[in-house]
Amino acid sequence: MEEGKVVSQSVQESAAAYSIIQERFGDAVSAFNANETMPFLEVVDTDRWVEIALFMRDHAKLKFNYMACLTGVDYPADEKVGIICNFESLALLNHKIAVKLKCVRKNGSLPSVACVWHTANWHEREAYDLFGITFTGHPEMKRILCPDDWEGYPLLKDYKVQEKYHGIKVPY
Amino acid sequence: MSTTALSQFSMPFLMGNGLNSWSEALVGFNLLGLPLGLIILAAIPLVFIALYSLTYGVYGERKISAFMQDRLGPMEVGKWGILQTLADILKLIQKEDIVPTSADKFLFVIGPGILFVGSFLAYAVLPFSPAFIGASLNVGLYYAIAIVAIEVVGILAAGWGSNNKWSLYGAIRSVAQIVSYEIPAAIALLCGAMMAGTLDMQQINVLQSGAYGFAHFFLFQSPIAWLPFLIYFIASLAEVNRAPFDIPEAESELVAGYFTEYSGMKFAVIFLAEYGSMFMVSAIISVVFLGGWNSPLPNLGSFALNDWTNGPVWGAFWMIMKGFFFIFIQMWLRWTLPRLRVDQLMYLCWKVLTPFAFISFVLTAIWEIYVP
Amino acid sequence: MQELDTVGQGSVRVTRISEKLVILEKDLATEQMVLAMGPQHPSTHGVLKLECLTDGEVITEAIPVLGYLHRCFEKCCENIDYPAVVPYTDRLDYLAGMNSEFAYALAVEKLLDIEIPRRAEFIRVIMAELNRIASHLVAIGTYGIDLGAFTPFLFCFRDREIILGLLEWASGARMLYNYIWIGGLACDVPADFLKRVREFITYFRPKAVELQELLTGNEIFVKRTYGVGIMPADVAINYGWSGPMLRGSGVKWDLRRNDPYSVYPEIDFKVVVPDGKHSVIGDCLSRHIVRAVEMEESLKIIEQCIDKIPSSEGFNSRSAIPKRIRPKAGEVYSRAENPRGELGFYIESDGKSTKPIRCKARSSCFVNLSAMKDLSKGQLIPDLVAIIGSIDIVLGEVDR
Repeated sequence: MEEGKVVSQSVQESAAAYSIIQERFGDAVSAFNANETMPFLEVVDTDRWVEIALFMRDHAKLKFNYMACLTGVDYPADEKVGIICNFESLALLNHKIAVKLKCVRKNGSLPSVACVWHTANWHEREAYDLFGITFTGHPEMKRILCPDDWEGYPLLKDYKVQEKYHGIKVPY
Repeated sequence: MSTTALSQFSMPFLMGNGLNSWSEALVGFNLLGLPLGLIILAAIPLVFIALYSLTYGVYGERKISAFMQDRLGPMEVGKWGILQTLADILKLIQKEDIVPTSADKFLFVIGPGILFVGSFLAYAVLPFSPAFIGASLNVGLYYAIAIVAIEVVGILAAGWGSNNKWSLYGAIRSVAQIVSYEIPAAIALLCGAMMAGTLDMQQINVLQSGAYGFAHFFLFQSPIAWLPFLIYFIASLAEVNRAPFDIPEAESELVAGYFTEYSGMKFAVIFLAEYGSMFMVSAIISVVFLGGWNSPLPNLGSFALNDWTNGPVWGAFWMIMKGFFFIFIQMWLRWTLPRLRVDQLMYLCWKVLTPFAFISFVLTAIWEIYVP
Repeated sequence: MQELDTVGQGSVRVTRISEKLVILEKDLATEQMVLAMGPQHPSTHGVLKLECLTDGEVITEAIPVLGYLHRCFEKCCENIDYPAVVPYTDRLDYLAGMNSEFAYALAVEKLLDIEIPRRAEFIRVIMAELNRIASHLVAIGTYGIDLGAFTPFLFCFRDREIILGLLEWASGARMLYNYIWIGGLACDVPADFLKRVREFITYFRPKAVELQELLTGNEIFVKRTYGVGIMPADVAINYGWSGPMLRGSGVKWDLRRNDPYSVYPEIDFKVVVPDGKHSVIGDCLSRHIVRAVEMEESLKIIEQCIDKIPSSEGFNSRSAIPKRIRPKAGEVYSRAENPRGELGFYIESDGKSTKPIRCKARSSCFVNLSAMKDLSKGQLIPDLVAIIGSIDIVLGEVDR
């Protein structure tokens, strides 16, 4: 937008949705990143995430009732890990937006939105399983894909696989 | 009614044509003071079950299901896979006879035995031919209904003794199912008994013989007889745990039900018992409603088809063919229908079949009294 | 559509048969039994494990336990080049490999911002739809097995075999194709391929009808599925359901129509939703019917594609494939309508590497399965099997 190039309609819709969120929450959210492939905003004040989530789901002009995806991402350069949530107003307003959240890399935690979107339940467990992000307020914060007693968080960039698991040699 | 009701065209060289003449001859057969004849008498149905389940039961069912499902079935062992059964037996014999460590060993071992004995005992009163019946009891039908209940004990022993949750589910389901379905089944058979006026299996057959073949069968004697016939057929499917009532062994729910833990020869015995019961219920339904060993062909003027096709040997042929016909229908249903749910199964038994069985009971009584 | 107002709302309204089967003897000492259903169980469709708490035949709670087929797809992707990920995507949803490849290729192409030849687009759609039919055939057939009907399963596999034969002819593999590449296709289809596909369509139409007579025309089948495992539309959306599952709940939502990609905008097809006459909207039967009717729609799509496809003259299936796939820095979330729902790929590129920084597969089965806990409450064991079957999970995609 800032470069003055023509942006597609879906990005404009996302920008409109962003302005509503920004109006309500002000500094809690970052500036809007209007790229073509995945326009997103970042929640800076992660403590207000549940509040923002509920607002996004229930506001009459937002109606983000569908969480398409929740991805955990590792940013080793910034010493951070984060999640990226893709939202959509399914069958209602048909606009999309992505939301990013970041927390510290070691024992970081974010508020859980499993109570807002059921989809988040298993996806947050997956993010915990693979990145070690703890989601506070999650009903069942435990590993989902790896065994419960697995060591380390496999998708971190500096992950080293454990030598032995119950006496079985792991790296082969 | 006596031996005179039988056709004179039977093969006289095969030890006469009197009612039960073969079996009576066998009973009298003693060798060195040992009642060898009695043993042979008991062995004949046993050999029959074994042979029929190997040929028709295993190979036949595989082929029939294959043709229904647009495939070929066993084709590798021998021409058209004829020797497949033999290969199966060899495999089963070679298998290690496993008894799970946590199983109740006594019950686990005795379960298949009781199961088989239960279905085998009913063969005592099945009239295989005019000249052959294991035991010509005057309460034969009653005995056949009652003795089947022993199977329940075997299933429960097998399921409980396995100490496996799926087996337990299968056993409990099976017991509930068999005990429930015995009621409509017994009432439906009583309708047949009422039409005959006797419980003697041979006499029921004798009463259905005549020059017009199938027209003398109880099923065609009264329009009401169709109702108990259908009720008994459906209930018998449930009694022998065949689809759509195979919930005790429902492979998609309970893995294999009460025989989940069985392998090798014990597994084979369970299967033998299942095939034994399948023929048993098919034979009972043919005796009570379809004339048993009587030929269905009528005498047409000078073509005395009925007379030509009756007799001890023909009788055995018809009896077995009628049994096989019903087994074919059982297989047909099995490969066509999905499975009922547990509560739907009980609903069908208590709210549909049982009331209709009572209705047919009353209607048959009225028919027998007022219609000559 | 009803609004979800408070936090934590959205529990499932299920038909509770349990209430009729409550144990009458109050004094009887009873305890609930833990039943581990799977990972080796005939009807959990792979290595899913359900930890059930049962009260007799009634399930009080069923918790899915995943991970038995976890193959570190996402970790693998971070260590290999973009094109090398394609064969791995086949192994996600191994029943619909073409669709998975398609979704991945779309995502990377969006990141690269490249156009691919028109003929390649049509071939992709034909392949994807053929694979969709094959996948639905497995779904319908195994659903029959779950309910005890064995024969429809083999009918399904007979017809699926023809599709697999066609796909093998084009790609050289029966299930794991590696055919749809980033920027194009591995190769053009064989000369007579489209003719054979047409022949298949004429062959398959009556067979599909026959299949439906065997299943939805069967009273017992309907009895087993009607009103079982009802999922209301709003809860389904909240759970993130997609594909036939969501449409089974009566939401007219199909990514091919609502977020169109490739040549789908040019093609006329119907988004199938249950009409509520033959089934309760949102029950297992609805989901089954949606899959069954969708096969017919897929046939229509293929027919239209064959009519519209440009000729193979001067067509090079690899003409648009970049020499070196190195997208500029950025990220993308792109999705496609798979037979099981929305398969999305989140891909992040740093602009320097030929390997993705992060590649996440948003699996539709994973999301659909997460509703299992709510759906199974108070159901009987046979109904639990019916519900798992109707969710139509592929564990390769759930566990990744």
